[in-house]
Amino acid sequence: MTTYSFDAVIPIVCVILAGLVVMLAEAFRGRGEKMPLGGLAVIGLVGAAASSVLLWNRNATSFGVVTADNFALFLNLVLVAVGLMTVLITAQTADRDKLPAGEFYATALFALVGMMLMVQASDLLVMFLALETMSIAVYVMTGIRREAVNGTEAAFKYFLLGAFASAFFLYGVAFLYGTTGSTSLDRIGTIVASQAMAPNPLVLMAVGMLLVGFAFKVAAVPFHMWSPDAYEGAPAVVTGFMSTGVKAAAIAGFTRVFLSALEPMIGYWAPALWVIAAATMVLGTVVGVQQTSIKRMLAYSSIAHGGYLLLGLLAGSDVGKASILFYLAAYALTNLGAFGIIALLGSYSRDNDNLRDYAGLWHSHPVLATLMALFLLSLGGFPPTAGFIAKWYVFSAAIGAGYYWLAIIGFLSSVVSVYFYLRIVVMMFMTDRDARPVPAPVTGIALAGLALSLAGVLYLGVLPSQVIEWAQASVATIF
Amino acid sequence: MRRGCSILGSDLILFGLFAAVAVMGSLAVIGQKNPIYSVLALILSFFGLSGLYVLLEAPFVAVVQIIIYAGAIMVLFLFVVMLLNVPREDAAEWDRTHPYYRPAPAVLGSALAAATLGLLAWAFSRTPGLGAGVADARPAASSVGQLGRVLFTDYMFAFEVTSILILIAMVGAVALARKREQ
Repeated sequence: MTTYSFDAVIPIVCVILAGLVVMLAEAFRGRGEKMPLGGLAVIGLVGAAASSVLLWNRNATSFGVVTADNFALFLNLVLVAVGLMTVLITAQTADRDKLPAGEFYATALFALVGMMLMVQASDLLVMFLALETMSIAVYVMTGIRREAVNGTEAAFKYFLLGAFASAFFLYGVAFLYGTTGSTSLDRIGTIVASQAMAPNPLVLMAVGMLLVGFAFKVAAVPFHMWSPDAYEGAPAVVTGFMSTGVKAAAIAGFTRVFLSALEPMIGYWAPALWVIAAATMVLGTVVGVQQTSIKRMLAYSSIAHGGYLLLGLLAGSDVGKASILFYLAAYALTNLGAFGIIALLGSYSRDNDNLRDYAGLWHSHPVLATLMALFLLSLGGFPPTAGFIAKWYVFSAAIGAGYYWLAIIGFLSSVVSVYFYLRIVVMMFMTDRDARPVPAPVTGIALAGLALSLAGVLYLGVLPSQVIEWAQASVATIF
Repeated sequence: MRRGCSILGSDLILFGLFAAVAVMGSLAVIGQKNPIYSVLALILSFFGLSGLYVLLEAPFVAVVQIIIYAGAIMVLFLFVVMLLNVPREDAAEWDRTHPYYRPAPAVLGSALAAATLGLLAWAFSRTPGLGAGVADARPAASSVGQLGRVLFTDYMFAFEVTSILILIAMVGAVALARKREQ
């Protein structure tokens, strides 16, 4: 039944409007004139956050294809935080990197529109459009520094492989439409459930195709090949943005499709996902250990984190879903903080992202070194940071669902990953600075962004119960 | 609305005309040495096909065939051919290929064509009461009006989201391609 209520799309519309205003402001900007484009973006994001909070517990739907259930709203807030952090850090680095600020903010906002729509979509057609909006915007952001050769290469690789993955996704949607006559997740779920015992082979093909499409966007092994190159070539702010925002949106879509419409088929897709999750955690960690570029190392680390998230998805229980939400919140805040610091320490001519560049950072930038250490410890899962609670929550969900081996693999790879996080910490605190130039000091707005991120990491780590409660409330009402 | 698709009189003449254009066009595609002519011949073939769609009372498909294939995709092909700068197939290159491999394209192509023909014949032989059955099964939503109605009611939101998608693609293309002020 189609209802013409507009409530559920309000958060998205806020961000769309901000994107349009920023785009037009840039278009009418005189040469050399300064405009508070970042401020405009922040206004739109705050609007989206406020409307998401107001829609809490109302379970609004619009047009029959967009839902504002608590699951989506929780993730909207995470995505808004991702957007805010990105804008705050970019405010500091845009001039230095000679980024076209207007286009950058507009693209970032439209990417967020795609992410929020992906999280809120209850129809596969809309989800595909959201996926494409998000992806195209992120391809552009990856290659926005055209002078940088590896940026252009990264954008091109990401674009080609991403387009291929989108085709897989669309093919899956087409097969589901062909067998069920609908793109609505509810309707597909009903029909698939009625034939769960003897499924149509076309539905199985659709499940496989959708699995590939989502696994690509999550950067799960063996569909991860694009991510180290894309993450390394993109400006560090963009890397932070896409390693958190894109991953959150993709995992949310993954969860919604596979745990609602395709839940009856769990016997078919769970074994495949088991292998993917295990391979993702192990490969992300093992290859990450060998990296010397910090961006590349964190790229592999974010692949591994994708694997931990899949653990929550595989658990499938309410605890599993809630653990995904909590993990995404913790991971987004932490990873954005870490990439924010990498972005702030870079310069126009060099990224300063080699491990040696961080030698003795404690002596030149004590505040940044301390923050970076905290973020890295959180990524590694040390108490009392957000990462610890998140990992503990996901592993306990997996054990609760009977995935003992997967939880053990996850635990072991997370222990191994501690090695490469601590390697950076040791580099920053216990090594002397060599002859390399010291990066410029960091001040102002960007520090506010990092402080926000730090507050989140510590709050989620020390007093997680409130957010865990919200996460549980988010999954109780749906699916 | 007429019932069935009577292959009689003027329809038959038009069918012959469009079919001939389509087939001749495709033959011309593979018969040309100059790739640009091949692409232009393909456009001709698409026009023939689009005429056939009109005869089948599927005007929307016919229009889309022209706009998307003859319009957008063919232009893309032309650009690629021109960018790659291959004015004509290099005869010398062809002569250098090993004699053993020379018949390969012809053999493969014929095999594919035979397989396609065989499949088509099989499908036709399995379809009972060909003309009448196909005419009755003609989908109702093929008219532009009905498609438009569905697009602006059931798929209204998806349609609007598409505008955002196209907008970001445009902004992105400009952001990546335009000359930067220094």
